Amino acid sequence: MRKALGSLLTLAFVLVFNFFLFRVVQDDPIGSLFRGRNVPAQTVENLRIAFGLDQPLLTQFFYYIRETFQLNFGISYQSRQPVWSEITAAVPATVALVGVSAVLSAVIGTVGGVIAAWRRNTWKDHTITSGTMVFYSMPDFWLGMLLLVFFAVVLGWFPVGGITDAGTTETGLALLLDRLHHMFLPAATLTLAYLGEYALVTRSSLLDVMGEDYLTVARAKGLRDAVVRRKHAVPNALLPVVTLTAINLGFVLSGAIAVEAVFSWPGLGKATADAIRGPDLPMLQGLFLVFSAAVIVFNLLADLAYAWLDPRVEGA
Amino acid sequence: MTSLSMKRRRATAARAWQQFRSSRQGMIGLLVLLGFVAMALAAPLFADIDELNPVISRANGNPQWGSPSEFFPLGTDHLRRSVWAQFVWGSRVSLFVGLAATVLTILIGSVVGVVSGFVGGRLDAALMRLTEWFLVIPFLPLAIVLASILGRNVWNIIFVIGVTSWPSTARLVRAQVLTVKQRLFVDRARSLGAGKGHLVTRHILPNVSGLILANATLAVPISILTETTLSFLGLGDPSSASWGKTLEEAFVNGAMIRNAWWYFLPAGLGILIVVLAFTLIGRTLEEIADPRLGAR
Repeated sequence: MRKALGSLLTLAFVLVFNFFLFRVVQDDPIGSLFRGRNVPAQTVENLRIAFGLDQPLLTQFFYYIRETFQLNFGISYQSRQPVWSEITAAVPATVALVGVSAVLSAVIGTVGGVIAAWRRNTWKDHTITSGTMVFYSMPDFWLGMLLLVFFAVVLGWFPVGGITDAGTTETGLALLLDRLHHMFLPAATLTLAYLGEYALVTRSSLLDVMGEDYLTVARAKGLRDAVVRRKHAVPNALLPVVTLTAINLGFVLSGAIAVEAVFSWPGLGKATADAIRGPDLPMLQGLFLVFSAAVIVFNLLADLAYAWLDPRVEGA
Repeated sequence: MTSLSMKRRRATAARAWQQFRSSRQGMIGLLVLLGFVAMALAAPLFADIDELNPVISRANGNPQWGSPSEFFPLGTDHLRRSVWAQFVWGSRVSLFVGLAATVLTILIGSVVGVVSGFVGGRLDAALMRLTEWFLVIPFLPLAIVLASILGRNVWNIIFVIGVTSWPSTARLVRAQVLTVKQRLFVDRARSLGAGKGHLVTRHILPNVSGLILANATLAVPISILTETTLSFLGLGDPSSASWGKTLEEAFVNGAMIRNAWWYFLPAGLGILIVVLAFTLIGRTLEEIADPRLGAR
């Protein structure tokens, strides 16, 4: 209950921050709409009234809150469509791409981390640890560029971008396969980019657990190594991984901005990259709000999941 | 400062350096990094800045999209500019922005952390609330929004990265300050009549500085990668191109469809190597500052 209240407070803070950022810091919203083109003074004045910019700041703030709750984020400068419909149109592509990558990276990363910790200081551990560190140290979009050039341009195994072949009339299974074909490279990029974090967290968490007395007891009972690992060590080591997963799920919406741009994947990330080029400020404002809300909601869920999985934190 | 404490401090630093030197990964990272810093500082020795100018490149008769075999050593881009020159001069911008942004990050984070941990009470609660808020807000979208509003300029990028990435430092420093504050020597100094300023500068800061240094080294990769991403998304300074800006231009002008690997490979590799170097150094420093990690 206290946590839910805290999340609401954070969300309110985001709203205020967003308002000040776009209405106060940016001194001339109408001017940026025309960007230097010559517009009659009367038109500018009409627009100022239409946007409520002639009102005092507090009234403007009130309007802004009301419009936000009505999901009215204004009109995109670039597409001339409502920001909200642009955003909702882009959500499914992003959720599909980043959702798949998040699950794959969590699973592969966790397994890698378990192997690395259990076989600590062997060649397996060194390969996994240094390999993940390399992927962790490169810009994710550059990894995407490399994969794209090699697998799509040189080898021609995969399309260079988009979500379906241009002008496709396929339906049903064929359409799904076409989409998966397009999704392969961006999903592989994101999976490789994310899994290092999971592997490292799992490894260090399992190493902590491996020093615990109950594992010695389990071994003393004569349990086989694999049983000790699967039944006793790993379940307890997974707690931080669960938190990490939940937190990362919050970043699902905003996690792939540059990678989506590389692969022209028509999701929120590409929408953000396109909005920057404008700059399409109403679009950026709406996107920022949606990204923040997603993170706040999933953080709350992470806290709740943690309290449920580990009763010890209840009192904390 | 008395000569006694000077001597003691110098001995601590010497011991830390001794430990650092015995770490292979730390020394490899340091040598690689020094190599890149030397290249960035002595950029004019490696490549003429005129080679970044498309007009001069054309006048020199450079090929367009020339491969490394056509134009030594790394080929040319769509504007006939030498990619090697872009790599050398880009290292300056990338390293400078990465380091400057980290200094700002650490400065804000340390001040917030020390004040929060040392003063405590309501101020602590308020500062931690703010820190938590910044931790929750998705970092990259916030940086993008700020950079879009402020405009495309090196100093704005530094400001944006510094302002968005200080919270984790603040938390870490605060936690360390809280444990140092409990130690006996702080009580003793206080009972001898030491003021707050004296306590912070002579007792608290020296005991958290190792941690701050390790944290700073590990923050540089994040700063560099953030700068790269922001530049790639078109928020970089057009007048001083970083490695990220090079990657953006390569991408926007179709280097990938042409398979002009010489255009986008060097800048990305540069980022990867510099980031790895900082990570290796930072992990070594972390082990020295917190020996419990050494067991891993």
